[in-house]
Amino acid sequence: MQSQTIDPAKTALNYHHTEAEAHHEEHPDHRITGLIMFLVAEGMIFFGMFGAYLAFRSVLPSWPPEGTPELELLLPGVNTIILISSSFVIHNADTAIKKNDVPRMRTWLAITAAMGAIFLAGQLYEYSNLEFGLTTNLFASAFYVLTGFHGLHVFIGLVAILAVLWRSRVSGHYSNEKHFGVEAAEIYWHFVDVVWIVLFGLLYIL
Amino acid sequence: MNIPSSIWTLIVGIAVTIISLWYGQNHGLLPTAASDEAELVDGLFNAMLTISTGLFLIVEGALIYSAVRFRRRPGDDSDGPPIFGNIPLEILWTAIPAILVIGIAIYSFDVYNSIGGFNPHGVHEAPIGEQAVRMPGAAIAATLSDTPPNTDSNLNQQKSDAAMQDPATAKVRNADQIPQRQNAPGVGVVSPSIGASPDQEGTSPALTINVTGLQYAWIFTYPDTGITSGELHVPVGREVQISMTANDVIHAFWVPELRLKQDAIPGRQSEIRFTPRTVGEYKLICAELCGPYHGAMNTQFVIETPEAFEQWQQEQIANTDSQQLVAVNSADLSPAEFLAPYISDLEIQPEMLHQIHHTHH
Amino acid sequence: MTQAQLQESANPAQSEEHGVRKWRDYFSFNTDHKVIGIQYLVTTFIFYCIGGVLADLVRTELRTPETDFVSPEVYNSLFTLHATIMIFLWIVPAGAGFANYLIPLMIGAKDMAFPRLNAVAFWMIPPAGLLLISSLLVGDAPDAGWTSYPPLSLVTGQVGEAIWIMSVLLLGTSSILGAINFLVTIWKMRIPGMTVYQMPLFCWAMIATSAITLLSTPVLAGALVLLGFDLLAGTTFFNPTGGGDPIVYQHMFWFYSHPAVYIMILPFFGLISEILPVHARKPVFGYQAIAYSSLAISFLGLIVWAHHMFTSGIPGWLRMFFMITTMIIAVPTGIKVFSWVATVWGGKLRLNSAMLFAMGFVGTFVIGGISGVMLAAVPFDIHVHDTYFVVAHLHYVLFGGSVLGIFAGYYHWFPKITGRMLNEFWGKVHFALTIVGLNLTFLPMHKLGMMGMNRRIAVYDPKFETINFICTMGSYLLAVSTFPFIINAIWSWMYGSKAGNNPWQALTLEWMTTSPPAIENFDKLPVLATGPYDYGMSNADDEEVEVPLSDEREPALAAGPNSALRADPDPKFAANPEDRK
Ligand code: HEA
Ligand code: HEA
Ligand code: CUA
Ligand SMILES: [Cu+2]
Repeated sequence: MQSQTIDPAKTALNYHHTEAEAHHEEHPDHRITGLIMFLVAEGMIFFGMFGAYLAFRSVLPSWPPEGTPELELLLPGVNTIILISSSFVIHNADTAIKKNDVPRMRTWLAITAAMGAIFLAGQLYEYSNLEFGLTTNLFASAFYVLTGFHGLHVFIGLVAILAVLWRSRVSGHYSNEKHFGVEAAEIYWHFVDVVWIVLFGLLYIL
Repeated sequence: MNIPSSIWTLIVGIAVTIISLWYGQNHGLLPTAASDEAELVDGLFNAMLTISTGLFLIVEGALIYSAVRFRRRPGDDSDGPPIFGNIPLEILWTAIPAILVIGIAIYSFDVYNSIGGFNPHGVHEAPIGEQAVRMPGAAIAATLSDTPPNTDSNLNQQKSDAAMQDPATAKVRNADQIPQRQNAPGVGVVSPSIGASPDQEGTSPALTINVTGLQYAWIFTYPDTGITSGELHVPVGREVQISMTANDVIHAFWVPELRLKQDAIPGRQSEIRFTPRTVGEYKLICAELCGPYHGAMNTQFVIETPEAFEQWQQEQIANTDSQQLVAVNSADLSPAEFLAPYISDLEIQPEMLHQIHHTHH
Repeated sequence: MTQAQLQESANPAQSEEHGVRKWRDYFSFNTDHKVIGIQYLVTTFIFYCIGGVLADLVRTELRTPETDFVSPEVYNSLFTLHATIMIFLWIVPAGAGFANYLIPLMIGAKDMAFPRLNAVAFWMIPPAGLLLISSLLVGDAPDAGWTSYPPLSLVTGQVGEAIWIMSVLLLGTSSILGAINFLVTIWKMRIPGMTVYQMPLFCWAMIATSAITLLSTPVLAGALVLLGFDLLAGTTFFNPTGGGDPIVYQHMFWFYSHPAVYIMILPFFGLISEILPVHARKPVFGYQAIAYSSLAISFLGLIVWAHHMFTSGIPGWLRMFFMITTMIIAVPTGIKVFSWVATVWGGKLRLNSAMLFAMGFVGTFVIGGISGVMLAAVPFDIHVHDTYFVVAHLHYVLFGGSVLGIFAGYYHWFPKITGRMLNEFWGKVHFALTIVGLNLTFLPMHKLGMMGMNRRIAVYDPKFETINFICTMGSYLLAVSTFPFIINAIWSWMYGSKAGNNPWQALTLEWMTTSPPAIENFDKLPVLATGPYDYGMSNADDEEVEVPLSDEREPALAAGPNSALRADPDPKFAANPEDRK
């Protein structure tokens, strides 16, 4: 057993008494961190569904099940390109607001919104022209549920962008200092985009 | 007298060891072991129980000892000694559980192997070659229906087909209404279960029995003799293979005395192999929740001498024949009607029969 | 000066009494984390009582081998609702309740990072709970077990099943929103000078818990969405007749529900790590080891899910993989258990109700943990899967673990939350009845399972009648044991003796303010005059430190204040608030 040899620096009750510093901001803004965590959670929903899709794929003797009508590739391909490019477009809005250029930001956001709307419209058009319905077979169900769930997210993103546009009417609502809404909409939009890329790969290409 | 603490530790250690070893052998917590496999599982359990008893005694002992020995004395409001932790001790109690756990894992692995858990019938090669055709670039141009139909053999389908060769089995299974899962690696594999133990590998079992689970009955068919029965009879000492599936929801085949359990899953074929050893009448239990009458879904499991088994088979054959005389055209019967004789064997209340219509919907 | 006095004099509490709230605040959409914390704690306790009554109805049916109390259909609904309520409306949100109340106080913050989101998360719970319970009134309660495996869940009680899915989806969303709040708050809102290595262990536990919540709960949501489509829209994801695969559901379900068992235990591991040192008057043993083991458990917890599926058809080598990962969880958990025992060992134990429940927690959780390791052994699990052995295991960890942990937390923080002390005598009666009742109810179930009684059955083999009778009596005792607590809590809340700011002479920051705390917790930003567990530092010189294998000169070997495992008051960080950014 050891006798005591204690480092005085640690026994002495010498925690640093940092004089309580005032908080930098009164209400610290952690919303971006929160949003990113939320998107991690959202990502896990898609992860789970993609996992299920791959599992279904591996348990059926042939995939898509025999007799599934063909999927057109042209329209979804164009749609994909539109959605992916919109990610670059919305990034310009972010750059603009960081330079305090609200009108430019509004323009870029409006273009993004339009592209998102085209994507959704394209998707609806595709749905209405498909020869299979939700319950035709396992592939069809997975197709509708996955694209539908993603479409819902595009729709929410679209609403978010429109909300930012609406609020930016008031001058000074967004500035180079304060633009959480713009940033959040952008991050969300990128997320929706990344999910689509995986989804497109799974449903149309694989 | 002042006994040094090391001596105390030693005495306590010996006492804990002796108690654990004794209890690990004399717990009386398990029913009869009626198969070769069951003996092995019991050995594993005894070993785990020995370790557990030791750990239990040490932790509870230390807590109770502390509560008594280190309780605050009246009037003493001072703090205890400033002990913050000790890396060597932490390492010690990280290492000991790690070693114990690895030991248990290796032992379990060995038992699992000996009862046939790794029998190759469950494992299936990944379909190679197929992936190459589906290079992303090539596929973009191709349309979906060009995906080559999967030509790999599907073990689930094969086993289902094999079982359906037997008219008795075909009659009770509605396998044609539930597509068979693809035997792919990963989640979709043919339900691997307990196959031949390594020494019997490659040999075919002495007796194969097809089992069908449905709400709320087990139906056993013996392809060799065409018997259909509501009870499971097997001769002692001969290796038996059970091939099972379910018609509606998931059920589970469990005989506690065999220490064997396997889910019967619609769309999959599960197999277990075992060698019954102890003559007797046991209970075969459905262990997976399958509806309100899940608790009543059990039946007799009889291990009998080969002579008795032979005699039982003869009786059953006679029985089946007479039934076929009465119900000449069994195809006209609804499943409920057809199954009624077997289900009455199971002492199931008549209201449960109407549940069987779930089978076909 | 003792450490507690030191910490208190560095943080003089407000002169006037703050924190008086109107009772109406507790029924409103209030964003104060303390109000929300109390809302959680009270609401979940009510659900516990409902879940407990259902449990006792289950036990009443099981008193005899026949179905003489309820019909088999109703029986299935009873245990399904019992488990769903206990898990999703009691243990999981109770952990969130403690986290809400304690985290901002422990790290010296005014509130949570997102107060309004916090209130939203809470207010999803009562409607979800009422929805679930209303299914009983509709007469079509969910009855496919809390696991709700298809195809069974698709063919029995469709309305009830839809309600179950809705309600669990709501509760899952609530717990995800809570987790985001906890993570951001702990990460970003500590007082300057509190590094992660000086925060209370409960905060570490909540980081680990929230991380799992964030990663696994959404997968359950995904599974439930697909299940809902099968149920309501006629798809066949999990329905074999249409080519779907029920096993995929099981994988998705357990990908959440195994980690969920750690969501249900880690917060209470955290509470125990707080309570033991305070009442043992001794630093927690191996602070860093306990902190990291929480993270290890949460990581390992994500890769063991298929141990619930050993009989349902996964390949042999995968079974072995899941067996080994599962067993390895015993190692970090063992670190915690042994560290707690070492914390208690050699202290000056104040054996009050909080301490008794905390020590009871360690004692009974170990039983459940050990039976868990047995279950992980594939050949043995094949025998006892879906039997009362599993039921015994899960109640030892959930009741003997989580519930005892919650009670320990109630007794420990009641003075802080209400400003009044609980009655000790009735607390001890509560403890004694609970421990006896718990072992009487659940210990015999181990034997039942191994001898051949499967779970989820309303009728059973008459040979098990005696043991079942004992279990049922035990469960009645558990019901009785709750009354002393309920009455004690209500009476003490109104008439108990005043608690003062720091009745336990504890060191963590929640005790450095008034009881109940002021609306924004602290007058000034609190400071750390001492580490969270530095008990006995003032007698460092005269107490003999006697730890085997130790050597005080080497931090790596030291057991005293030099120990490398101590909640390290690194002056470099303490002076530098930048690390919070
Ligand atoms: C709080 C909840 C909780 C916790 C913490 C645990 C912890 C553990 N559980 Fe448990 N479990 C459940 C809740 C929980 N479980 C529930 C609800 C079910 C049933 C679900 C259902 O089907 O309805 C279940 C079912 C369940 C099964 C499936 C059984 C079956 O259906 O066939 C298995 C199998 O592996 C398992 C294992 C474990 C293990 C290994 C641990 C480990 O984490 C335990 C680790 C702890 C210790 C080991 C004790 C302390 C350590 C030491 C003293 C060190 C030395 C120890 C050794 C060397 C062994 N659990
Ligand atoms: C946190 C989780 C938790 C908790 C605390 C409990 C607590 C209890 N459980 Fe539960 N239980 C589960 C989680 C939990 N259970 C789960 C997950 C399952 C699996 C379900 C499934 O298979 O799907 C299960 C299943 C289960 C079964 C198996 C059912 C079956 O398989 O057929 C049984 C049987 O005895 C049981 C009993 C009990 C009892 C007696 C208590 C007692 O400890 C309860 C004591 C508490 C009270 C009694 C309430 C307080 C008292 C009052 C308010 C007084 C008024 C009340 C009366 C007068 C009655 N539970
Ligand atoms: Cu069939 Cu339970
Ligand atoms: Cu688990």
